[in-house]
Amino acid sequence: MKSLMKSAALAVTVSLCASSMTFAAENVRLTGSGASFPAPIYLTWFKDFSKKTAGVTVDYQSKGSGAGVQDFLNKTVDFAASDSAMKDEDIAKVAEGVQLLPMTAGEIVLAYNLPGNPKGLKLPRDVYSNIFLGKITKWNDPQIVAANPDLKLTDTPITVVVRADSSGTTAVFTKHLATINPEFKQALGEGNTVNWPASDKFIKSPKNDGVTATVRQTPGAIGYIEYGFAKLAKVDFAQLQNKAGQYVVPNAESGAEALAAVKMPESLVAWLPDPDGAKSYPITSYTWMIFRKDNGNPAKAKAMREMVEYSLTEGQKIADSMGYIPLPQSVVDQVRKASANIQ
Amino acid sequence: MIKPFVVPVNPDSACQPPSAKDFLVDRTFRALAKIGVVLILALVVALVFEVGRKALPGMEKHGFDVLLGSVWDVNQGKYGILPAIWGTLYSALIALLIAGAFGVSMAIFLTQDFLPAKLAAVFRTIVELLAAIPSVVYGLWGIYVVIPAIRPLTTWLNSELGWIPFFGTSLSGPGLLPAALVLAIMILPTIAAVSQDALTSVPMKTKQAAYGMGTTHWEAILKVMVPSAATGIFGSLVLGLGRALGETMALAMLVGNANNISLSLFAPANTLAALLALNFPEAGPNEIEVLMYAALVLMFITLLVNVIGSMIMLYAQRGTKQ
Repeated sequence: MKSLMKSAALAVTVSLCASSMTFAAENVRLTGSGASFPAPIYLTWFKDFSKKTAGVTVDYQSKGSGAGVQDFLNKTVDFAASDSAMKDEDIAKVAEGVQLLPMTAGEIVLAYNLPGNPKGLKLPRDVYSNIFLGKITKWNDPQIVAANPDLKLTDTPITVVVRADSSGTTAVFTKHLATINPEFKQALGEGNTVNWPASDKFIKSPKNDGVTATVRQTPGAIGYIEYGFAKLAKVDFAQLQNKAGQYVVPNAESGAEALAAVKMPESLVAWLPDPDGAKSYPITSYTWMIFRKDNGNPAKAKAMREMVEYSLTEGQKIADSMGYIPLPQSVVDQVRKASANIQ
Repeated sequence: MIKPFVVPVNPDSACQPPSAKDFLVDRTFRALAKIGVVLILALVVALVFEVGRKALPGMEKHGFDVLLGSVWDVNQGKYGILPAIWGTLYSALIALLIAGAFGVSMAIFLTQDFLPAKLAAVFRTIVELLAAIPSVVYGLWGIYVVIPAIRPLTTWLNSELGWIPFFGTSLSGPGLLPAALVLAIMILPTIAAVSQDALTSVPMKTKQAAYGMGTTHWEAILKVMVPSAATGIFGSLVLGLGRALGETMALAMLVGNANNISLSLFAPANTLAALLALNFPEAGPNEIEVLMYAALVLMFITLLVNVIGSMIMLYAQRGTKQ
């Protein structure tokens, strides 16, 4: 009886070992975490890529740029994603070397809710930066009226809706405001969270959905959300005045113009806090995936390179329809070249 | 080994000494119960210890500035949770007032022969169903239903009675009042259910005696039944308050998360639980220390509420027995 059990146990162990060995040879599982802003498009890419590539599965957890970088540093994930790239001191902590790759780009729009739902609100640079500083508080402020002679604006108070959680979206948005308005830079600065003015007309809501819902339900509200989200939620968003003084509607073309206005450096980290160009949408930003240069696992490294290649080719085609901006061809070439560093 | 008693008994008797199996079951149950108690205590201690350990650096660095400050600015390293403490207590208190009034009245209505027993059971189930709705759903419901519904009234109150501090600002959207209203609905099932239990556990004889003395229906309820069940009803309020203090997601969506200290019911406010939930995911090491500190403060507030509640209950019991 005893020997029978022993041999049975042995058989189970052997078969388990065998199956796990074949698993390792065939299946590569990549895990990533980070930015929530590109999460919808990343998840679509990874799903399609996993389906089309035998033996490779990619899992992505959208938990925020900061958390993604933290996971990457703790080595709990194979790659991370971040809207604010990666700090130099964090890069220095990774002995294996870090390769940042911009994968897509997005715009941040100012969604608004005005009585009577007027379309095509235009906001000059001074105005929208001062709204978020709490200095312009009524919709019939002379500066807003002057920019929108065709709209009927009442003395509705402006309710400013901002993100309550720490977010890369806030980082990109405040970076832009701090660049165009010195007072904003001095009073609030930039970052994943900033200390918004204390006023009963500043409301914080969690995540993009929270901000969107609050804007929709609050007459006189204005809030910043991602373009893709605004498009899905069908909220009205404002035309913003860019550096060249033109009012620009956020869409794939105006975003592409903004990206084209900045030359991608060797490090592949380019910021567009206030892009040049008459047709550029002013609040546009790249978002990055973060890889280790030396992964110590050729199969994984190969799978990651394939994943990047898929995202650069097939992936870019769906960017526009999902509310993101496809990378310019020159950037795609640069990223492809740099992806060879993932070994 | 446990040995059963060996007592000579008449084999025909219906009374038998406990068998070995009875002993075993009894001992095992006792042991399991003891382990359970010890584990629960150990869990609480571990929780407080762990949070306290992580909060310690923050407490050393910032001291009481955190408790008294009202600015939360991560970039400048300024952390103040006074507005969150204020908002937590204020929203929970308003929710308790509303839910307490409705919950206790509901319990009286459902237990004191106002309805046929079957109908009362249906209502009871419906109220208890409220407890099964997820917090996020309450939050969304608050944004899409409650806020638009109360907006006309709040606008009127602000324009006509704006000199009263409670109506001092106009309601923009999320704010203290919508948060407190939704919170009240969330703690209503707890208060209603526990109060009902308290009222139904008053012995039938007490009620009969009251009627026998010639009381009316309402006199019996207000002067006999409710005072007899007071301890249990009070317990339900303490439980409800405890839940209100810790509620997170619905509040994070409805309270406005602004670091304001205002008496106005229509101004956005902040609560400790919402502050923790929204800032934890992306917090850096310096911020985590302070968030742990804030968590400790929240635990302390909840503990304090429970201790005060228990003390009042003890006092009330003594009062009724004398």
